[in-house]
Amino acid sequence: MATLEIRDLHVTVEADNATKEILKGVDLTVKQGETHAIMGPNGSGKSTLAYSLAGHPKYTITSGTVLLDGEDVLAMSVDERARAGLFLAMQYPVEVPGVSVSNFLRTSATAVRGEAPKLRTWVKEVKGAMERLHMDASFAERNVNEGFSGGEKKRHEILQLELLKPKVAILDETDSGLDVDALRIVSEGVNRVRESGEVGTLLITHYTRILRYIKPDHVHVFAGGRIVESGGPELADKLENEGYEAYVKGGPVSGANSKEGAA
Amino acid sequence: MAEAQKNPVPVGSTTAGQIAVAAESTVATRMSAPPSFDVADFPVPHGREEEWRFTPLERLRGLHDGTAVANGTGVKITVEAPEGVLVETVGRDDARLGKAGVPVDRVAAQAYSAFETASVVTVPKETVLTEPVRIAVHGEGGVAFGHQVIELGAFAEAVVVLDHTGDAVFAANVDFVVGDGAKLTVVSVQDWDEKAVHAGQHNARIGRDAHFKSVVVTFGGDLVRLYPRVEYAATGGEAELYGLYFTDQGQHQEHRLFVDHNTPHCKSNVAYKGALQGDDAHAVWIGDVLIEAKAEGTDTYEMNRNLVLTDGARVDSVPNLEIETGEIVGAGHASATGRFDDEQLFYLMARGIPEHEARRLVVRGFFAELVQQIGVQDIEERLIARIEEELEASVA
Ligand SMILES: Nc1ncnc2c1ncn2[C@@H]1O[C@H](COP(=O)(O)OP(=O)(O)O)[C@@H](O)[C@H]1O
Ligand SMILES: [Mg+2]
Repeated sequence: MATLEIRDLHVTVEADNATKEILKGVDLTVKQGETHAIMGPNGSGKSTLAYSLAGHPKYTITSGTVLLDGEDVLAMSVDERARAGLFLAMQYPVEVPGVSVSNFLRTSATAVRGEAPKLRTWVKEVKGAMERLHMDASFAERNVNEGFSGGEKKRHEILQLELLKPKVAILDETDSGLDVDALRIVSEGVNRVRESGEVGTLLITHYTRILRYIKPDHVHVFAGGRIVESGGPELADKLENEGYEAYVKGGPVSGANSKEGAA
Repeated sequence: MAEAQKNPVPVGSTTAGQIAVAAESTVATRMSAPPSFDVADFPVPHGREEEWRFTPLERLRGLHDGTAVANGTGVKITVEAPEGVLVETVGRDDARLGKAGVPVDRVAAQAYSAFETASVVTVPKETVLTEPVRIAVHGEGGVAFGHQVIELGAFAEAVVVLDHTGDAVFAANVDFVVGDGAKLTVVSVQDWDEKAVHAGQHNARIGRDAHFKSVVVTFGGDLVRLYPRVEYAATGGEAELYGLYFTDQGQHQEHRLFVDHNTPHCKSNVAYKGALQGDDAHAVWIGDVLIEAKAEGTDTYEMNRNLVLTDGARVDSVPNLEIETGEIVGAGHASATGRFDDEQLFYLMARGIPEHEARRLVVRGFFAELVQQIGVQDIEERLIARIEEELEASVA
């Protein structure tokens, strides 16, 4: 059974000629089939955690370990991590001009699966996944994320999640910027992948809204670069009512139940 | 109108641009001598002139100062044309030479003053070709001066491939005379061996409601310096000038465009893209567009983008749009030079794609829209293969 183990993870970034510690000792274990929600205010380091796990070069791991099924993730390159079964749905997916979605999907599926998918079944597979996410077929001919609306970008991320079938999926604010319809469609996509029971999900969010669609087994409050409280789904209800104030020193922070536009 | 630059500009790159509203054309006055067919009308350049300041004169192998002399082993020219096309080799006094434009610098004038025979390719009026005309210019190791004329009669349609390979020190002028309502696509491929030197001026004169498309593809050579130029013989003409270059270690590739909107209601669209890698790779792009006072209803846009793959490469990109009348449909320019985008690389690698393949995807993607403009399948395939080779070489 696949397990992602994060132990005492410390991460810094270089900003304005200074080294700034963002993650200050993150401990978390995500097992296959489980869904963990990580909730925290803006700037608490949630994306830093996601990027660090995926291997983004801007983030420096100063101490700690990350193991996937006992393998040292931190020793792997970005592409090796993906092929080992880690998937990051990004908060801000990147535009890649001149590279079509269909070419991109096939190239990445080939890399992750270790062989090129058979053309006929592949075309069906992509078409089916796109239909379930209410994506028009013309989408495949567009360039990756170029000119996509916020909602289209997030659907495209979840499309990749469905096609690449990772062991551990990290979803960084996949809910942000989505209207209710899009949120439901995207959540259904995530739930289809979860239903397989084969993926561990790390659902990073600022708001409790998405938890109405994707039910977590565990909820963690993230503040100041570490997990400050862990519990079951009831912890999300508490955040819904009380916000993050209790976890953040020095002034009010927009709460988990605040309106998205206010963030 | 210059676009904001997305990526940090690498050290040693310059992107300057201006939109001037001038009473007197600065595009013309910036040249050190007026256009002329006679090399004697141009002083030998010393390197500080506006039109020479980016060019390493010592690498022109004497094309600029009269010391390069044709030696009969310069280039071999082969013309392959479908039925209905007239292909001739003519002497210097043929009346059809030099009708599309006049040499603007000393090297072009040198070529015009020194060539012995010219190739004239005529596509008669209303002849629509389904296969390209192919003009192969193969360098045989020596010095040569050339002149070529491609003339399309009214409503003719043709694709012409000018394919430069081998090794030579070569200077040439090429005239494109596009008849009324005609459509000409020219693909000029500079796929020289690594020591070659090539300086050329491409003059297009576009007839009434005619369409001219030029795709300039520069890969090889030690030094390549081209002047694609366009003027309009009558209203309704349309020019599309596209270019791709891949500038490697030590190479100097210079493209100096000039679109002279000298006639009302004409269009032009310029898009050049280059990738650079290796020490002392140097690309120069000059985009001069002049909208003369009489050219009401002009619609023009020019763009240059450069992708710098490694340190040590240098780009000079200078769009220059000069507007003498406000009565136009549109005019704009953009220039951007950026490093390889690490965020794109990260995104692709985060989907399991190995780094070298991710780089290939991004570079191919960068050039894709221009490769599609070629429309000649074997050239498109060769180009893609060459891009892959260049990238392989950089990984190795
Ligand atoms: N690449 C980076 N360069 C500089 N600072 C960064 C970078 N990434 C994150 N930070 C800083 O780290 C802190 C946490 O950011 P982030 O991880 O994006 O938080 P969250 O996703 O919880 O909103 C912020 O103060 C942010 O400014
Ligand atoms: Mg974030």
